[in-house]
Amino acid sequence: MAVLVVAEHDNASLKDATHKVVTAARAMSGDVDVLVAGENAAAVAQAAAKIAGVRKVLHADGAALAKQMAEPLEALITPLMANYDGVLFPATTTGKNAAPRVAAKLDVMQVSGVIGVESADTFVRPIYAGNAILTVKSAEAKKVLTVQPTAFKTAGDGGAASVEQVAAPAGPFKSAFLSDEIVKLDRPELTAAKRVVSGGRAMGSADEFHRVIEPLADKLGAAVGASRAAVDAGYAPNDYQVGQTGKVVAPELYVAIGISGAIQHLAGMKDSKVIVAINKDEEAPIFQIADFGLVADYKAAVPELMAELEKAGI
Amino acid sequence: MKVLVPVKRVLDYNLKVRVKADGTGVDLSNLKMSMNPFDEIAVEEAVRMKEGGGGHPAGTATEVVAISIGPEQAQETIRTALAMGADRGILVKAEGEVEPLAVAKLLKAIVDAEQPGLVILGKQAIDDDSNQVGQMLAALLDWPQATFASKIVVAGGKINVTREIDGGLQTLSLETPAIVTTDLRLNEPRYASLPNIMKAKKKPIDAKTPADLGVDVAPRLTVVKVADPPKRQGGAKVKTVQDLVAGLKAAGVI
Repeated sequence: MAVLVVAEHDNASLKDATHKVVTAARAMSGDVDVLVAGENAAAVAQAAAKIAGVRKVLHADGAALAKQMAEPLEALITPLMANYDGVLFPATTTGKNAAPRVAAKLDVMQVSGVIGVESADTFVRPIYAGNAILTVKSAEAKKVLTVQPTAFKTAGDGGAASVEQVAAPAGPFKSAFLSDEIVKLDRPELTAAKRVVSGGRAMGSADEFHRVIEPLADKLGAAVGASRAAVDAGYAPNDYQVGQTGKVVAPELYVAIGISGAIQHLAGMKDSKVIVAINKDEEAPIFQIADFGLVADYKAAVPELMAELEKAGI
Repeated sequence: MKVLVPVKRVLDYNLKVRVKADGTGVDLSNLKMSMNPFDEIAVEEAVRMKEGGGGHPAGTATEVVAISIGPEQAQETIRTALAMGADRGILVKAEGEVEPLAVAKLLKAIVDAEQPGLVILGKQAIDDDSNQVGQMLAALLDWPQATFASKIVVAGGKINVTREIDGGLQTLSLETPAIVTTDLRLNEPRYASLPNIMKAKKKPIDAKTPADLGVDVAPRLTVVKVADPPKRQGGAKVKTVQDLVAGLKAAGVI
């Protein structure tokens, strides 16, 4: 059986989520192709061809694919599925948006948010915000999956797959792109960062969030995250939210400042390699999963931490 | 414009999830069930479209119909939507797990009969976390979709939707009829007042079955097992910031 991986990219660069989904795909099949759907994305297709273990890259380029909206992606992918037994999307907002549209067209029940591939037809996924883990077997002729990239290792480079052009869908489509506001980050992107510093409701204000969290993040070369409580309170923007309904991260180092550790938040960061928690409430649930818990008021502890890191030459 | 809002009855979000000892599922017996929180946001938006509010002129929605697919008790979830301001309900009675694809097919049959201009759904249910039904319904109907909405503006026969995407926001313009799924920050759902809860008891709820709608709801996926999540080894504490930095160095992460 051959499977198709839908690449995550922004037309300019290929995202590491793709390499991780390739690893999941390789657990299902030896024949893994990657689809790059975009506009002026030839460099992305070339990068995808270098992923180890990829058989072939399909490259569809056209104006309709510039924003990778659900309708054109579905119109592109559904016919391609004549040649594949499965399609894997990264569980990003782009993948989550398009995958079920393809599944419904194929009359296939999708498996969402896969964190483990036991075999070509048996998959592991979290339910109830990560409070339970479901193993499910699909008898569908074609498998449609979204895959949680952080749950898989990155497939390395070293491949030399061929790139084959496929026609982009022409439309017309019933949805049109109007505008976007992509936050320009001077920091690493949250889901790809090796280190993440997150702030919680204890910050008390957006000013305090900026004043405390951002310098520490910059010191560590880390991305900035936030708990849902901090986002809901307006201390941090929406796209900072780490948790089951926000972003799922698994960095090497996760530093939680003034975050109590609601299960919803833990589901989004518990796979981090090392977790640091600073909270003045000794009973905060975050301490149960932290590798380094420090019971302290962040107001004193964070400046002290900055000074210690400085001393350590960081 | 008629607006349809599907609502799902799920384990109340405040309750602790208990995996059954035999690994067949999650124990729901005698536990409080509530409307899926993302669906509450969908109901709120539809009611604001009808009553005026949240940037919508009154009358943007002419009628709001709440639909639930589930056991007899899912009627209570519809009553909650009616108490929030929906006009009438449709209950599709189905026991056991109904998968997203089957839900989308049932909703398509209802949409074919009701001919709404807009269907607003929660982006995902907090029980199975699938995040599929809205997109699948859009595909089956060949309608445009905007998922993860944080703002909806109806103007000039189009629906402009701002979506929460990785890295920021994106605004799309949809032809009608259309499908929109809600994200957390679209609105803050109201609590139903007692008079409205009383009034909701008199609002009509139609009952249907999957057979009435000509849909096979037999599951396509087989549950192998449901287990507790692996426990993370944690709980270690450090006394000082110096100990913390030394520990992080020893762990090789700084």
